[in-house]
Amino acid sequence: MFYSEAGQFSTRYAADRRLFRLRRDRLGLGLLLVFAFAVVPQIGNDYWFSAILTPFLVLSLAGLGLNLLTGYAGQLSLGSAAFMAAGAFATYNFQLRIEGLPLLASFALGGVVAALLSLVFGLPSLRIKGFYLIVSTLAAQFLVPWALVKYGWFSNYNASGVISAPRLDVLGLDLSSPAGRYLLTLGIVVALAFLARNIVRSELGRNWMAVRDMDTAAAVIGIPLARTKLLAFAISGFYLGVAGALWAFTYLGTVEPHGFDLNRSFQVLFIIIIGGMGSILGNFLGAAFIVLFPLLLSNLAGLLLGGLIDPGQLENIQKMIFGALIIVFLIREPEGLARLWQQFRARLRRWPLRY
Amino acid sequence: MPFNKALKPLALAISLGTLSLGAQAAAEQYFPLQSYRIGPYAAGGTGFFGGFIDYLQYVNANGGVNGVKLTWSECETEYVVEKGVECYERLKKGLNGAPAAATNPLSVGIAYATLDRSTADKIPLITINHGRTDSTDGRVFPYAFPLQLNPYSEVSAIVNYIGQQVGGLDKLKGKKIVTLYHGSPYGKETNEVLEKLAAKYGFALTLLEVPHPGNEQQSQWLNIRRIQPDYVILRGWGVMNPVALKTAQKLGYPTDRIIGNIWSNSEDDAAPAGAAAKGFISITTHPSGTGFPVLQGIKKSVVDAGKGNLADPKRFGTVYYNLGVVNGILNVEAVRIAQARFGNKPLTGEQVRWGFENIRLDDKRLKELGALGLVQPLKLSCADHEGGGAVRFQQWNGQEWKLISEWVQADRALLRPIIEASASKYAKEKGITPRDCAKEI
Repeated sequence: MFYSEAGQFSTRYAADRRLFRLRRDRLGLGLLLVFAFAVVPQIGNDYWFSAILTPFLVLSLAGLGLNLLTGYAGQLSLGSAAFMAAGAFATYNFQLRIEGLPLLASFALGGVVAALLSLVFGLPSLRIKGFYLIVSTLAAQFLVPWALVKYGWFSNYNASGVISAPRLDVLGLDLSSPAGRYLLTLGIVVALAFLARNIVRSELGRNWMAVRDMDTAAAVIGIPLARTKLLAFAISGFYLGVAGALWAFTYLGTVEPHGFDLNRSFQVLFIIIIGGMGSILGNFLGAAFIVLFPLLLSNLAGLLLGGLIDPGQLENIQKMIFGALIIVFLIREPEGLARLWQQFRARLRRWPLRY
Repeated sequence: MPFNKALKPLALAISLGTLSLGAQAAAEQYFPLQSYRIGPYAAGGTGFFGGFIDYLQYVNANGGVNGVKLTWSECETEYVVEKGVECYERLKKGLNGAPAAATNPLSVGIAYATLDRSTADKIPLITINHGRTDSTDGRVFPYAFPLQLNPYSEVSAIVNYIGQQVGGLDKLKGKKIVTLYHGSPYGKETNEVLEKLAAKYGFALTLLEVPHPGNEQQSQWLNIRRIQPDYVILRGWGVMNPVALKTAQKLGYPTDRIIGNIWSNSEDDAAPAGAAAKGFISITTHPSGTGFPVLQGIKKSVVDAGKGNLADPKRFGTVYYNLGVVNGILNVEAVRIAQARFGNKPLTGEQVRWGFENIRLDDKRLKELGALGLVQPLKLSCADHEGGGAVRFQQWNGQEWKLISEWVQADRALLRPIIEASASKYAKEKGITPRDCAKEI
């Protein structure tokens, strides 16, 4: 009944190729965006903006970056946090050292630096695959934070190696308030997500998927492997770099190299595993799960059990519940939350009929 | 459908979360506690927040602060920056109408990340014995308080002590000192000033980083064995400390030449290293022990009443616990002082800040508080958010800490220009106009 294609005919090729072919998809997405851009800033409070929505959006973007590389192009990577760090510190230095450079341009340049770095660490992918590739991206994970700590220039010789964000000005608008930070993040994430959806539907995206599914076959039908793989690394690096810059500038307002350690890489990897590989929506669902669920548990535990159990044990119990939930989700749906959403849609389409 | 099931508790939590904010205003003063009871630094967190909470309970058991009861709630940070930020945002609004007095994250990383927020929200950010050094300059950092001892004073006092040991600061020339530091903002904070002190006194300084959390230090200590320094300053935290002591013993470096800093000075740092820790020297601003009247008072009205916060009652009176008590004393004292000016009612963070800036602890007042010898005399002002800057040295005898020196003062006159320069650089970067302290009353 819902989500049925019935009655929606494409009369032009362009209509058939649009990003969201179903009218309901377009309508739903449009309403969601209006809600996120116009309604949320009115009804949200500081806690929601700074502690929930902004990290959720930033991690979604990071997940998106890794998903392009791992979910679409099939190249495993554990260097996500390193590329985020590169983006954050590059953005900081562009802002610091080039007078009058607009903030958005700094973000973009930070992304480009991360993309170049990612390209370099992607070179081994031309020769090795799978778990061996993880090891080579792991090198980035150790090298980048080390270099950022070792050379004080990156943090402008700050005594403790911590960078702090400058004022957030975009086109003369001061976006330093929590709501402003949220809107800035939202704007960038939405734009990049649309771009990503376009990329994966383009020739490049289809090449990525061909390489992912079987690279020998892809080479045989004439897909340039080296170019395809390296572009995947570069574009993924760009997304991760921008995500890192947002993490540092709009979320925390300060960052140290160790804020981007291996745990962050794992976190991003878990987002795409739980959310769904090879899906744009999955990154948002996965990030929501990773960010919101622990907070929800912790708020609930504080409300329901606060004072009854030793606080330290309460924390450990939350960790156990969260771990168990991850296992339950992955058993119920190994392909991630995005797959659940697809099944849900398929059901809606048949509703109220069962089969 | 698991997804639908997941949404229900979410909606519940949101509605509960909004409800709890709108409850009635009580005559209580609230302390938001960004505590950490799990993770690699749990020993520090449970001790510190245990002492802090027990002191607050003790004050409440004795009628509160001029009749205003203290209240608090905890939020687990695991010493992780983004969790600390989340907790800050969650707790800053107060509890059931009781306004937040001050935040005490006990983590440099979290303090850095909430510095701007604290200033914008007008809630004092207390970083006792740690924190960002240039926040000592209260003109640029109106809401940050590295109480008692900032990191620069800490190393300056250690260098002064080493100077005493070798027979005068002029004898430091040509000596070799290695600093082994925790790979975090906290650990790196003092590197710059150590280099300045090395240049001033002419000792050779080697800085070695131990990556967080610090349970692998073989290569660093091999390096130290090669350098053969006269002293090693251990700037550790948590598990890094006992590992350092054990590795030192394994590689044959004498323990009594290792000087632990303010976060390497607890029983939890020395005891796990067993025999390897014997002879280990460290600094302290808050001696361990249960003999102080205030601790006896806590024992009587809180611990013996079965309300003590420590899971392991044997840790009562240990270094972290006593630091928590000291922190409690200073926080409550600030509230009390601010009440004298603004009235005996729950105060806003801005008013409590005034209280912190007017802390005057002399021996007489410390005696009244039952904390003579536990807290050093302190005098804060608008421009000076540190106040003390003195430490005592203690040595681990295998069982407990024994004090081995009187108060050793940091060279604060030497440090002040460095701090001011750093603060004004920060002010320029951020576009802050420093306050004029002459206009503050």
